[in-house]
Amino acid sequence: MSLVLSDEQRMLGRSARDFVTGRSSLKRVRTAREEGEGFSRELWREMARLGWLGLVLPEEHGGAGLGRTYLMVVLEELGRGLCPEPLLPTVLLGGAALVAGGTAACQKEHLQAMAAGERLLALAYQEPGSRYSLTHVTTAAERVDGGYRLRGEKIQVQGGGAADVLIVSARTHGEPTDALGVTLFAVPANISGPGVRRERQRLLDGRDATRVQLDGVRVGPDAVVGVPEEGALLLGDVIDGATIGLCAEMVGSMDAAFAMTLDYLKTRVQFGVPIGSFQALQHRAARLYIEIELARAAVLEAHAVFDDGADREARSLAASMAKAKCSDAFLQVTHEGIQMHGGIGMTEEHDMGLFVKRARVAQMTFGDAAFHRDRFARLSGY
Amino acid sequence: MSDLDTFREEIHRWLDQNAPPSMRTPYKSFDELCWGGKKARYSEDVLHWRDVMAERGFTAPTWPREYGGAGLSKAEAKVLAEEMARLHLRPPLIGFGFWMIGPLLLQEGSEELKREHLPKIARGEVRWCQGYSEPGAGSDLASLQTRAVRDGDHFIVSGQKVWTSYADLADWMFLLVRTDQSAKKQEGITFLLMDMDSPGVSVRPIRLISGASPFCETFLSDVRVPVRNVVGEIHHGWTIARALLGHERTAIAEMFKEHDDAIGLVDAARHYLGSDIADHTGEGRIADPVARDQIAQLDIDQACFEALLARMQAEARAGHKPGHESSILKLYGTELNQRRRDLHVTIAGPQGLGWSGPGFSEQELKATRSWLRSRGNSIEGGTSEIQLNIIAKRVLGLPGL
Repeated sequence: MSLVLSDEQRMLGRSARDFVTGRSSLKRVRTAREEGEGFSRELWREMARLGWLGLVLPEEHGGAGLGRTYLMVVLEELGRGLCPEPLLPTVLLGGAALVAGGTAACQKEHLQAMAAGERLLALAYQEPGSRYSLTHVTTAAERVDGGYRLRGEKIQVQGGGAADVLIVSARTHGEPTDALGVTLFAVPANISGPGVRRERQRLLDGRDATRVQLDGVRVGPDAVVGVPEEGALLLGDVIDGATIGLCAEMVGSMDAAFAMTLDYLKTRVQFGVPIGSFQALQHRAARLYIEIELARAAVLEAHAVFDDGADREARSLAASMAKAKCSDAFLQVTHEGIQMHGGIGMTEEHDMGLFVKRARVAQMTFGDAAFHRDRFARLSGY
Repeated sequence: MSDLDTFREEIHRWLDQNAPPSMRTPYKSFDELCWGGKKARYSEDVLHWRDVMAERGFTAPTWPREYGGAGLSKAEAKVLAEEMARLHLRPPLIGFGFWMIGPLLLQEGSEELKREHLPKIARGEVRWCQGYSEPGAGSDLASLQTRAVRDGDHFIVSGQKVWTSYADLADWMFLLVRTDQSAKKQEGITFLLMDMDSPGVSVRPIRLISGASPFCETFLSDVRVPVRNVVGEIHHGWTIARALLGHERTAIAEMFKEHDDAIGLVDAARHYLGSDIADHTGEGRIADPVARDQIAQLDIDQACFEALLARMQAEARAGHKPGHESSILKLYGTELNQRRRDLHVTIAGPQGLGWSGPGFSEQELKATRSWLRSRGNSIEGGTSEIQLNIIAKRVLGLPGL
């Protein structure tokens, strides 16, 4: 297991950082919240050109086939700049589901296009009331002559507004919370006729989250992703993989929020001295630093676990460890960031607000800290 | 086959042939291991294991051969450690000689001092203790008052040291003394090596809130110490002292990594709070959701801590310069231990209240005292507040007041 980044990975991280500082200011992130699709198509194409969208895609599908740690260093930098481009939903949710379970034809049609930046993907798995459960699925897939008809409502689909293809979890069998009986389908998002209705939901971090209503949309049998009825297992694998990617992004974001706070502690003068000379603040800053270092180590180790080809249980444990830590740490860093900035940190004008809002959304994406502690305990046998 | 593989095979065979069966069993605390020296008693197996390992220099694998080590490269030492772990072998010899004064002498000591002291450490003939803290010099260590006055080839040392772990069992002490009264407080300090059998040295054990302890007070009354026992230069001991504190913090962090699994909070929670499997198989989900969550939180934090430790060690091996990681590890490692001990007693409930007498298992009595003892973890070896100061100033670059 390698816990030290290779020279190549360090270089990739540096170039990602240069890209984000050069091309994506927080001002740009701020306006993206209000306008259009919530992200920049231009930057998206550039990310494709830099090869980021195909980094972890297997070579047989036209990707670079590199380990997850490569993507980790990129996501960390995107997190540092709070970049809203839908890399995670496209590559680690929709893309990962297709890699794991798409039919050969479906993979051929979408994956290479995804790496080229020409196809956006999303995973529609949450429903009203499902909270963090992957098996709470009431969306129904009814068998009709040679295919399926899908009815139901999916919510907070990350990147769902711009997606060309939605991977949808639907029940083909059993009761609404049964572990078995969930099947995944690749559904074209722009279907005419009775089909797919999408509405942008506004979450507090301003990123694209979409409500998707499936009004009896019809798909063929080749739309099935993975083993029918056993979709929840594949879904779990995909969510674990995306969870550690999100954690990498969170580490970058908390690091940036902390750097901003540290800078303020060194420059803000009260009582004739920089406030960072007060021990009450120094010790709290040191605590935040430790939490960030722990989170970073957990995320690095989780990526090493995935890259080592560990089994499902080890991957889930590593993902839950990292997400529990990152959820708490990111919120703590931003809460303290506001407090240490004082009044200015509460203003809409100041960037700390962007980070605390993102921290709250990221905390609950794929399960909050308490959810992952419960899961960690269950996987550990207690 | 590479040289390293050949080395691995040879080492494995040799270890397997030479380790007594009793040295292949897990140990619960460092007290069961050999600390060396003339004053403590050890079983025949412990001494035999120490001697055969010392014979090959394996008690100090990376030290040069001329100082009693095996002269192994880092890679070879790693192989040795891996093979020892594979055979579940106990360390043959431990102590402050290896963690603190040995590495320091290798770095800073004169050739004469190295030749005199290192082989005795490696063979386990001499056990060391640390004379740093004084009644008036705790966190503000540089304000120490123990005086050393020059008298020809000797210093005459007078004063008092406190919290000297195992002073009653040690043969030698490394200590900080004030040699220049008029200089600024960091500048008149000298680093000395002192024979504990010198006339004028007396030692008194300290009892803690948890009961007996390895800590002692050491009184020094006109003790004669040869000037050649100075490490580094006279009056310039403070930089050396600080370097050593880094070694100490790392050693403390390592200790908390080794021992935590031994507590078994999950089993304790199932025992005292019940589980969803009623047949007492010792398995199942912990019935109390609050305790279960607290254990999970602790386990996750512990796993993160170990990931951080592993990352820092990997970076050190890859040649990245260490910063002030030891402060993070010391601070967080000790707090984890405190949380674990605290939770253990809380889970035990009224059974966690026993001090002595009937009605309590040995484990329960131990848990109670371990909790009390753990309160000292965030004080000894540099308080948590001092570690936070170090991180704030040296890592984060926050200004002084």
